[in-house]
Amino acid sequence: MTDAPATIADASASRSKGSLLEKDARTKKRNAAETRFKAYGIIAIGIGLAFLAALVFSIVRNGVPAFTQTYVTVPITLEAETLDPEGNRDPADISGVMTFAYSPLIQQGLQSALEEADVETDMSASDLTKMLSSSAENTVRQRVVSNPDLIGETEEFRLLASSRVDGYLKGRVERADLERDRNLDAAHLDIVDQLQEAGVVSRTFNMDFILGTDASDNRPEQAGIGASMLGSFFMMLVVLALALPIGVAASIYLEEFAPKNKFTDLIEVNISNLAAVPSIVFGILGLAAFIQFAGLPQSAPLVGGLVLTLMTLPTIIISTRASLKSVPPSIRDAALGVGASPMQAVFHHVLPLAAPGILTGTIIGLAQALGETAPLLLIGMVGFIASNYPEGVASGFLDPNSAMPAQIYEWAKRADPAFYERAWGGIIILLVFLLSMNLLAIILRRRFERRW
Amino acid sequence: MSFAKSTASALAIAAVSATAAAAQSRDNVQVAGSSTVLPYASIVAEAFGENFDYPTPVVESGGSSAGLSRFCEGVGENTIDIANASRAIRDSEVETCASNGVDEIIEVRIGYDGIVFASQIDGPAFDAFTQEQWYNALAAELPQDGEMVSNPNTTWTEVDEALPDVEILTFIPGTRHGTREVFEENVLLVGCEESGAYDTMVNDMGMSEDEAEEACIGVRTDGQSVDIDGDYTETLARIEANPNGVGVFGLSFYENNTDSLKVATMADVEPSTETIASGEYPVSRPLYFYIKKAHLGVIPGLKEYASFFVSDQVAGQGGPLANYGLVPDPELEQTQQKIENETTISQEG
Repeated sequence: MTDAPATIADASASRSKGSLLEKDARTKKRNAAETRFKAYGIIAIGIGLAFLAALVFSIVRNGVPAFTQTYVTVPITLEAETLDPEGNRDPADISGVMTFAYSPLIQQGLQSALEEADVETDMSASDLTKMLSSSAENTVRQRVVSNPDLIGETEEFRLLASSRVDGYLKGRVERADLERDRNLDAAHLDIVDQLQEAGVVSRTFNMDFILGTDASDNRPEQAGIGASMLGSFFMMLVVLALALPIGVAASIYLEEFAPKNKFTDLIEVNISNLAAVPSIVFGILGLAAFIQFAGLPQSAPLVGGLVLTLMTLPTIIISTRASLKSVPPSIRDAALGVGASPMQAVFHHVLPLAAPGILTGTIIGLAQALGETAPLLLIGMVGFIASNYPEGVASGFLDPNSAMPAQIYEWAKRADPAFYERAWGGIIILLVFLLSMNLLAIILRRRFERRW
Repeated sequence: MSFAKSTASALAIAAVSATAAAAQSRDNVQVAGSSTVLPYASIVAEAFGENFDYPTPVVESGGSSAGLSRFCEGVGENTIDIANASRAIRDSEVETCASNGVDEIIEVRIGYDGIVFASQIDGPAFDAFTQEQWYNALAAELPQDGEMVSNPNTTWTEVDEALPDVEILTFIPGTRHGTREVFEENVLLVGCEESGAYDTMVNDMGMSEDEAEEACIGVRTDGQSVDIDGDYTETLARIEANPNGVGVFGLSFYENNTDSLKVATMADVEPSTETIASGEYPVSRPLYFYIKKAHLGVIPGLKEYASFFVSDQVAGQGGPLANYGLVPDPELEQTQQKIENETTISQEG
């Protein structure tokens, strides 16, 4: 205790000794500490930005090629004796001819396309068709079945090139890679080069990737994310229709009307806990409750939506309660003071003021649900599923479908590297949706939010 | 707007749509099971949807055991119609099925699949393996001087001088895969017998035959062999990250990734559809799917899908499945007959 006054005296002495313009050692030390701390902060932000940049760079680099696709334009003679053996143009007979019968026609068509482009090759016709997607037969057959008058004519068809030819034009497949590849030879690539010069092979924007359906493992070039986008859309409709009203009703009651006691405390704690439950748990719950117990169909967006509703509810309740809380009590008091009933006070005055916050919370909850894959694994929404477009609204909810993130996961698992590119492309589309939803949330908040 | 009202109406909508779902009969075929069969099944499902007026069947993966257990859950529209499997159904599974009312099952063999051993294309020269080498590299315990000692081999050269001098690091299918069973039987057990370890265990060490077999297929757990529970894509990612790693793949997966993988021969036979069909290549297995007979005639298109799957155009020589890497079954005609007559497992005897 005795030396305390001495220290103060020392300190005042040292302070009085130094000049105002010259920094002493202690000040320098404190300033250095502050500079260091700022530097740490900048480094932390820098690391974060670097990761973000690397992520965006790899997504764009890997995903953008998925938005273009290589096509081969081939004139095909639709021989009547193959496609309509009876010769009576009966639609039933024509649709009875399977895709396999179309292969020889396509082989001939490809050969004549080569002749037109003055490409010489000693490759056999069936080897040549390895350049085309195996979807070619179906493309031709669909057009013939829907338009039987074409039989006997020579028509131009724009057929998908195989994933390896497509990969070559995109720089993914190198000549050296093909040496041990059973599906394509380097000789094919020489032909592709010549055909590209002749304008027979071209790479154009790939609308089918955005609008198409999933394709099987041997034709990645045909796969699209359109059907699973619809699956996601119907799931989000279910989530919105259920989670918003239930969540808002629950939070209004808890916030404005419920008595404060141990029971409501318990409910509150449980809601906060539910928000932290891993989503896969909701998947198991959905499997047990909705499919096994309630007997709803497997792989249906309705079930997916119900599961995601359970997952989104806590998020919506928490954000709704926060925005109800932020409405000042004076608004309620004034409403009650002029004779409004408590319900009128809430619905006429508090709720409209809390609406922007509620909407923001809902949109962010929906965005979260849109990107969720884990619970969908358990209710049968991952696999070769998104291959039919739903017919009408009811079948949109009930027919088997996948969802965008589940489709991306499925593609990333498949053997052909071309699916990998599509998985990245799918990520770009999913991110566009998520970013625009978040942007909407921000705009709504900026425009309608009131501060007191 | 009244939120109470809209809540009530939303619940009503949900209830109505739920009953509508229960009332509506399913018009698409539902398939689940082996991830090895999945590519083949999806190719067939796609072609089926294109050529017939039925919706494209839904094919899920998840592994043979998972698929068969879902298959055996019972009969009805909320259960799957077909289970894909990369191994034959077990007796215990047939019993489980029967106890849940699935007593009539049709077994369909679609063809054969090869299991190949591949490593990074620029990695060490793993060009030729024998079962014996794999057994000595992977066994948990090896017999030595009349005792079982934990596997002392840490590099491939210690196993066999002809092999590269790098650490043993293998990525093999996990126990929930049907492939694991084939790997144990056709590689580890054969290697165990060829190396004489099996005879030593039975004759000199007094083990029973079952105990010896158990010891033969026990895989070391010291980190030099890694079980992969995911798909081959995961194995490929591990190989790409570990230049010295050797992975177990399906033939069709390897053929789609020849730009990053190189394959080794097994017992001097190169894996190819030809050597597998002729039975020369030692590590291959039949692929199956199982049909619930009670669903035939109830689920539209089920029988058509099954017959289409094994038709000559699809599963035969030169068909889309063979192009993807499936080795066609020489006895395809009998399988076609079986579907035509709806012969169940119990009728086959």
